[in-house]
Amino acid sequence: MEELLEILCELHPDVDFESCTTLIDDKVLDSFDIVTLVAEIDDKFSVAIPAGELVPENFNSAQAIYALIEKLENE
Amino acid sequence: MQFTSISFLAFAGLLLLIYYIVPKKLQWVILLIASYIFYLSAGLEYLFFIVFTTITTYIASRIIDSRLAKQKLYLAEHKEELSREEKKEYKDKIKKKNQIALVVYLVLNFGVLAVCKGLLIVPFNQMATNTVLGFLSLGLPLGISFYMFQSVGYVVDIHRGVVRAEKNFFKVTLFVSFFPQLVQGPISKFSQLAPQLFSEHSFDGKKLSYGLQRILWGFFKKLVIADRIAAAVGALKAPEYEGMGFLLLATFYAVQIYADFTGGIDVAIGLGEAFGIQMTENFVRPFFSKNIAEYWRRWHISLGEWMKDYIFYPLSVSQPMRKLSKFTYKNMGNLGKRIPVYIASIITWFATGIWHGFSPNFIVWGMLNCFFIVLSEELMPLYAKFHARFGLKDKKIYGLFEMARMFTLMNLIRISDLFPNVSLYFSKLLSLVTNPDISVLWDGRLLNLGLTGLDYGIIGFGILVMLTVSIIGEKKGSVRDLLSQKPAVLRYALIIALLIITLLVGSYGIGYNASNFIYNQF
Repeated sequence: MEELLEILCELHPDVDFESCTTLIDDKVLDSFDIVTLVAEIDDKFSVAIPAGELVPENFNSAQAIYALIEKLENE
Repeated sequence: MQFTSISFLAFAGLLLLIYYIVPKKLQWVILLIASYIFYLSAGLEYLFFIVFTTITTYIASRIIDSRLAKQKLYLAEHKEELSREEKKEYKDKIKKKNQIALVVYLVLNFGVLAVCKGLLIVPFNQMATNTVLGFLSLGLPLGISFYMFQSVGYVVDIHRGVVRAEKNFFKVTLFVSFFPQLVQGPISKFSQLAPQLFSEHSFDGKKLSYGLQRILWGFFKKLVIADRIAAAVGALKAPEYEGMGFLLLATFYAVQIYADFTGGIDVAIGLGEAFGIQMTENFVRPFFSKNIAEYWRRWHISLGEWMKDYIFYPLSVSQPMRKLSKFTYKNMGNLGKRIPVYIASIITWFATGIWHGFSPNFIVWGMLNCFFIVLSEELMPLYAKFHARFGLKDKKIYGLFEMARMFTLMNLIRISDLFPNVSLYFSKLLSLVTNPDISVLWDGRLLNLGLTGLDYGIIGFGILVMLTVSIIGEKKGSVRDLLSQKPAVLRYALIIALLIITLLVGSYGIGYNASNFIYNQF
């Protein structure tokens, strides 16, 4: 989780990612951010997130993103 | 049958009556029959295309879905015996088979769309006239770009495991052909629209009233503003209008296409509401956007979402792009990280351009949008410093400047729609500097555009009404919710006033056929 928060903070240093649960709904993360994030996750966690998982529910909070990574790691 | 025709109003009225009288389990059947009556009223010759998409969509969705169901069952039954690698191998095998089915489906459908759009181009349509392709060159089948994209989204979502396939062929037929959105969108997702289409709806006075208000609002924008200003847009395209004349053309066209397209969508969404079906919104006051990315989140939202979900994302996260990303990051640092995203953006905007038509000006339109999106992304740190240095972000006046800047920029890009001759478009753009010709504003030429002083007055009034409603919507939320809290006398007075204005000053009357909605041609 720490590593994910680091990636997120690098993208938007001004956002409190630990508490925000509306990252997509409030347009904090746009489509460019999502793609950058997917590349970073691939790099740091060796997890390839498929396009079908790029839905708001999976990216609205750091917890949701982390849950997605864990799900894909266990597949 | 145009949305703005008397026959359509009679059709919709009768349909609403039948819809709420028949047993509720038959409501979707009524919508299906109505959708085909609506579609056939445009001409029998287009039937082949929509039926083709429906049948291929049904077959592809069932094949892909049944394989996924089989996979799930097999993995559940052999949960203990199979190793992780064996499970992965089995899943990959199913995935590969489904990918083949998906590619065949996409090639068939986009092939038909490409041939239909290609045959609109002059040398090809002449060449095809006496060949087997002749029947494809009848003109673009009504709504093909909308229903096909909606259908493709459905099949891809099944392939991704996001939704299950509908087993009833006729329900799939209704999803593909639902008439309010058939000719100009919004392009809906199956998960959002289908459950509403197939469920039972009790009569709800509030939904009907809201729906009718929205339809009236759409008619006002289309008939009072868009159809009236169309004459001036046509006249200002003439070669002699350069500089300020061209800027006026871009601005008038912005008003026309906004009133036309959002008006048509208001009618579509209002009709849906009257049937108890909430469609996805396609516009959220786009002219209040302060940057280009925000503009594209507010204008033609359903097409933008489709392009993002089914082209931009799959491309950006594909294996070749991930490899490229690693390579460029290693060799180019932080900029390298963004290169693959920009390549995916170029391809996505190219696709969005040709979605509008196989014409160089639409490709230029797409590339210009892409250029400014990438530019603004690259300049973002610079802007942030600039805003912080002068404390601009919180200043209202600066916000208005950003809106005006975006409005002008998007108008100048959008106007390329009207210039299939790309070099003429660029020479007109250049004339803003080389031949400003500001005197067009006062030398009387504006009264020779097919609009009288009264016409300008009506258009100005219409724009003022649109602007007021938009500002209220932006600041206070749903205008209809606010209206419903007002005393009934005031509410009805406003609605009746809008109706009377639309009837009196709209380009309308018995025997008169309002012009086509601009987006019907795509």
